[in-house]
Amino acid sequence: MTQQRLWQFVIEQYEKLLTQVVQHLGLTFLSLVLAIIVGLPLGILIARKRKLSNPVLGFAGILQTIPSIALLGFMIPAFGIGATPAIVALLIYALLPIIRNTFTGITGVNPTVIEAAKAMGMNRKQMLFKVELPLAMPVIIAGIRTAAVINVGVATLASFVAAGGLGEFIFGGISLNNSNMILAGAIPAALLAILLDQTIAVLQKSGYQFLKKLKYIIPAVLLVFGVVYLMNSISDKNKLKAGFTPEFMGRQDGDLGLRSVYGLNVNPKVVNDAVMYKAAFENELDLISGYSTDGRIKAFDLYVLEDDKKIFPPYFAAPIIKMKTLEKFPELEKTLNLVAGKFNDSLMTDLNYRSDYLNQTPEKIAKDFLVKNKLYRVSRNGNSGTVRIGSKIFGEQYILTEMYKLLIEGYTNYKVETKTGLGGTKICFDALMNDAVDFYPEYTGTGLLVLLKPSAKTIENVSQNAEKTYRFVDSEFRKQYGIQWLEPLGFNNSYALMMRKKQANELKIKSISDLKKYLDSK
Amino acid sequence: MITVESVSKIFNGKPAVDNISFQANDKEILVLLGTSGCGKTTTLKMINRLIEADSGNILIDGKDIHDRKVEELRMGIGFVMQHSGLFPHYTIKQNIAVVPELLKWDKKKIKYRTEELLHKLHLSEDVLSRFPNELSGGQQQRVGIARALIANSPILLMDEPFGALDNITKADIHSEFKSLEELKNKTIILVTHDVQEAFELGQRICLMDKGKIIQTGTPQEILYRPKNDFVKDFFAENRLLLEYKVASLNNVKSFIDSENIINEFQFTGETSVWNALQKLSSDHKNTDAYEILIKAFNDYRKLQIV
Repeated sequence: MTQQRLWQFVIEQYEKLLTQVVQHLGLTFLSLVLAIIVGLPLGILIARKRKLSNPVLGFAGILQTIPSIALLGFMIPAFGIGATPAIVALLIYALLPIIRNTFTGITGVNPTVIEAAKAMGMNRKQMLFKVELPLAMPVIIAGIRTAAVINVGVATLASFVAAGGLGEFIFGGISLNNSNMILAGAIPAALLAILLDQTIAVLQKSGYQFLKKLKYIIPAVLLVFGVVYLMNSISDKNKLKAGFTPEFMGRQDGDLGLRSVYGLNVNPKVVNDAVMYKAAFENELDLISGYSTDGRIKAFDLYVLEDDKKIFPPYFAAPIIKMKTLEKFPELEKTLNLVAGKFNDSLMTDLNYRSDYLNQTPEKIAKDFLVKNKLYRVSRNGNSGTVRIGSKIFGEQYILTEMYKLLIEGYTNYKVETKTGLGGTKICFDALMNDAVDFYPEYTGTGLLVLLKPSAKTIENVSQNAEKTYRFVDSEFRKQYGIQWLEPLGFNNSYALMMRKKQANELKIKSISDLKKYLDSK
Repeated sequence: MITVESVSKIFNGKPAVDNISFQANDKEILVLLGTSGCGKTTTLKMINRLIEADSGNILIDGKDIHDRKVEELRMGIGFVMQHSGLFPHYTIKQNIAVVPELLKWDKKKIKYRTEELLHKLHLSEDVLSRFPNELSGGQQQRVGIARALIANSPILLMDEPFGALDNITKADIHSEFKSLEELKNKTIILVTHDVQEAFELGQRICLMDKGKIIQTGTPQEILYRPKNDFVKDFFAENRLLLEYKVASLNNVKSFIDSENIINEFQFTGETSVWNALQKLSSDHKNTDAYEILIKAFNDYRKLQIV
């Protein structure tokens, strides 16, 4: 069944898939070529000047250990978003294996052969090109092979900075709870890695004489893919640069709704929400999809466009938990409901602002909030069973998780374990279903559109007001999953389109309809 | 002519070569003989500047080796190494052609010269397209020699060139080496630890120990007039064999009554007593001639050991 559906998905989306594969290869090859251009001479240099080898290899090693998402984050202020930061990040990851193997390859050449070359009167350059490099070639190619495989993997993260690639499907699929979409991205990515690995393995074994014949063909192939990719990523003539999260791209209450209800097609790039706000702030993007309570709206002075045709349904946050678990921890429901209704949108935005912009820890923000609402109690250090709280990977969820932790520890004798930073709705929900976590804060709109996926008519019907949505998801979740929605916290974190306040004022755009009008003019 | 004047080389505070001087005359084969670690290879490599001397001068035909660019110097000196030192990624043809390529010879000339050398070194032409690891040790060494000879450089430095070969192959190559016309007008310095090889090939021998030259001289001089006990002891083990080898029929001729032995068995005056005896002993009909030669050698020897 799944197999069939995966094929259907691939056939439906094959154009997109093809584009992503080309983008993926383009990113991989271009960064690989650059890494060779940088890494090979560096490797040769440190093989000549051995004293430099430790610092250079050490530095490349440190670069290698930077987590890829963090590295992409660093890249945005310097390179903006799009192909450049992705290629630079990939280049950095490919450097170490290339430098190290060049160094190892050259220093590993039999000293007798080197002596023979010297004795025959070769100068340094002749020795390098006629003796050292050819003999080191298998080792150097092994390094390039490692780098290529690493890059195919890391290139999936390029979609975080709007550089495209198969990551669009993978991360879109994770956010949208769409296994076919994940597989449609992951399987080709894995195949590309294997294919590349095996192709290079053949080159590696074929020996120096064969390689000599290919010395013009290989760089040409690499460059062609790179250029095709660059051409694609540059051909961008939109008035406003839009960047949406992969999740937003695939949702009815997202890009699909914008197209069908507003008739708005902004040719959005796919970008990760971790970097999206910053990119908007730095003028890299003009229009982004975001969450209405995000602290960065305040921090980066963004303006939320009014959803005058109501495509974004209410997203009331509430903990969701298996009914079975509530029986196991009888005091839990009462405790979690202590903060129910204590929030509103601006309050949550402010809490998020403290976390995202003022860099306060979620623990401190949660505690301050509870103290202010006279709900804080010192931990009882209880020991009768452990409650595991999950959270998605953004600030608001971390704060809520800490708050629940303090409440449970203060009001009950349960111990608490937190599993924060689960990457997306699907992972969180799967964790809940498989009893890896006991509860996590979810949003009614997500429950409705991503998890339940009822018919369009039902959606229209129940998303008219927040209360109705809440009642519908609660009863459906009880029926389908044995999961209960506890009382909502009181704020609505729905999707929203946002722009820089200054630009919105200049262009006199207040609502999505205004935006549509502006884009249609001229 | 190669002149080495008070040259020293110090490795990690220890003198590897300690203030040595010697001279290799034009068109002679000078052997640097000694045990491992005596400094003979270091001495050799200082001549083509694979190792730079710490002090002293080395002159080739009166000109200091530092007067030229080091690459030029080396291109003018053939170098043969113990483990052929062939490039594993080059075919034999490419290996032999390395220096001519560096000197930018045209293809025809390289081809002609390569074929000529193959013939002289008894290598068949079908080795040309093979890689070094597909050749036997003896063949590799021949290719190594061809590579050193191809550019007609007047000087040849050989670092234990036959050290890695088995005894039979070594004997074959030795006799080929001696009869190779190409080598007759070259100045050759050959490093070896093999006493028999030194006596077989060397016109003069420098015996080295602990970075110093102990004695320099022709094989006869060094064998019959050792400077000290070290030299005497060095050859003690092979002494008799060496004596037979260094004596030529010319040397012992005057002690032979019948003149005919030399002509009868197609020997020449240059043939060593050892080789002549070997040939005679292979057939018992020659017993008389064999005994005459032994007697003549014994008479000759008495005069040498005074």
